Amino acid sequence: MTETLLEVRDLRLALDGQTILQGLNLTVLRGEVHALVGPNGAGKSSLAYALMGLSGYEPEGGTIRFAGQSLAGLSVHERARLGLSLAWQEPARFEGLSVRDFLSAGAAEPGEDILRGTLAEVALDPDLYLGRLVDKGLSGGERKRIELASILVMKPRMIVADEPDSGIDVDALSRMFDMFAALRAQRTTVLLVTHSAEVMKHADRATLVCCGQTVEEGPAGRIRRYFTDRCVPCPHHDPRRREDA
Amino acid sequence: MVGDFEQMLAVYGHVGEDPSVFADSQAAHLVIHENRVIGAHLVPGLVVEPDEMADGVRVRVCVREGAQLRNPVHLCFGVLPEAGLQRILLDVTAEPRSRVTLQAHCVFPNALDVTHEMEADIRIAEDARYTYFERHVHGPAGGVVVVPRARVTLAPRASFETEFELLEGRVGRMDIDYEARCREHSSLRMVARMSGSDDDEIRIREVAHLQGPGAAGVLLSRIAVKDDARADVYNELTASAPHAVGHVDCKEIVMDRAIARATPIVDVRHPLARVTHEASIGSVDSRQMETLMARGLTEEDAVDMIVRAMLSPARRAQEPASETRRTS
Repeated sequence: MTETLLEVRDLRLALDGQTILQGLNLTVLRGEVHALVGPNGAGKSSLAYALMGLSGYEPEGGTIRFAGQSLAGLSVHERARLGLSLAWQEPARFEGLSVRDFLSAGAAEPGEDILRGTLAEVALDPDLYLGRLVDKGLSGGERKRIELASILVMKPRMIVADEPDSGIDVDALSRMFDMFAALRAQRTTVLLVTHSAEVMKHADRATLVCCGQTVEEGPAGRIRRYFTDRCVPCPHHDPRRREDA
Repeated sequence: MVGDFEQMLAVYGHVGEDPSVFADSQAAHLVIHENRVIGAHLVPGLVVEPDEMADGVRVRVCVREGAQLRNPVHLCFGVLPEAGLQRILLDVTAEPRSRVTLQAHCVFPNALDVTHEMEADIRIAEDARYTYFERHVHGPAGGVVVVPRARVTLAPRASFETEFELLEGRVGRMDIDYEARCREHSSLRMVARMSGSDDDEIRIREVAHLQGPGAAGVLLSRIAVKDDARADVYNELTASAPHAVGHVDCKEIVMDRAIARATPIVDVRHPLARVTHEASIGSVDSRQMETLMARGLTEEDAVDMIVRAMLSPARRAQEPASETRRTS
């Protein structure tokens, strides 16, 4: 597990004239579950969007290399076809689009059995869900699991999951952690964008970011101190928060 | 030599419908080419009286009291030549406690200069249920003018549902004008879905008056326009009785140089009535598009999938995807 799959160096990003990322570094190894942690506003989600190449999140400087290739100038779908995909914190709703068509859209292989099996992996009954629409008739948690299924059928090299636990009930969260373990066993890389200590427990390594900069990168157990020590290693922390703690 | 009847059924089959319904003795049908009736079959409980006139066809339809037709009545209206005029005057009565579904297909596959006019007067009696699906198949040239007009009256506890959909081809010029009056505890649902391209013009006027206590109405429009197409949707819902409830929902996606306009009017004249409306006009939702692109679809394919989904009736969601949308 030592081969680098994603390498971000000195990444700089501004949105509406405000600096979001200022020289951020990140290294994700192939086959690991890596947690990107930090307080609200640290730039975690912005980094996820920049990795995926979303409109408005074009870096001002720095490099992103995925599987040895620079992602500069590549569109979202080109990055997806390299094996990178993103699960949003708040998945999109699609009027009129069935779960079946949504999953089929990106499936690496066609076939009803694959769609059914993948839905079962995210703990959804395919008989109940394949014909449903990915719209407001589904709860947030259901859409979250369906979105994850839509990524699994792609058989990507790396999944960037933005706040994967938000809106998910306890049972579904447990299944999701099982799935991360299964993905790890299949050497699929997962980057978890989170500020949940519970989610972080399932990571191999982690990177702590604050104010758009990398504070520390290392084994998840060491980085987890962030949750107990309130960002002690972070040079940007607010001392008043420590006193409150 | 293949006759008009066979040619119209061939078009019917071409868009994925089952032409064998026109040979089914258990299902009624009526086929009109230009202003001539070229096929008809009735079932018990249904009266259809066509009258060919110099400038059109008058069709009187009556669903007898208490008759509940198990199978849909299939209507196929069309003009096969490049030029022509079709004018249909439809006089419909659904008698008390009757139930019927009409599936009308209007086919103009070769149209360069075709006009299709329909004027319908529809009366739905107490406890009757009348459902009318109108699906159009046009040619690629856009040389068709479609002018459907309907006046609908719903008696107490009657139900009316209509759905207008363009299955294939260019709109040309579409000018829909439906108006309905709803008595107590009746329910109404009018849906229009279509996409325009090139210099297509779409004009929709749907008006419903919820005049009886407990009457309910929904006006729903889903339109996508691109190139230089134009769409103008006018939805008006008035409620003047206690516990009348209604909703107007218009969504239009605009691409390229196209122009879309939506005018939702809600008019409430009783404190216990409630009418809501929502209207959105804009480009394709960026989150939806980026989600599909993050699954490997090109921007063009993602937009196409979003638009087709929005324009698809819910029934399509139950059918398997015919192909994987990923572009190689």
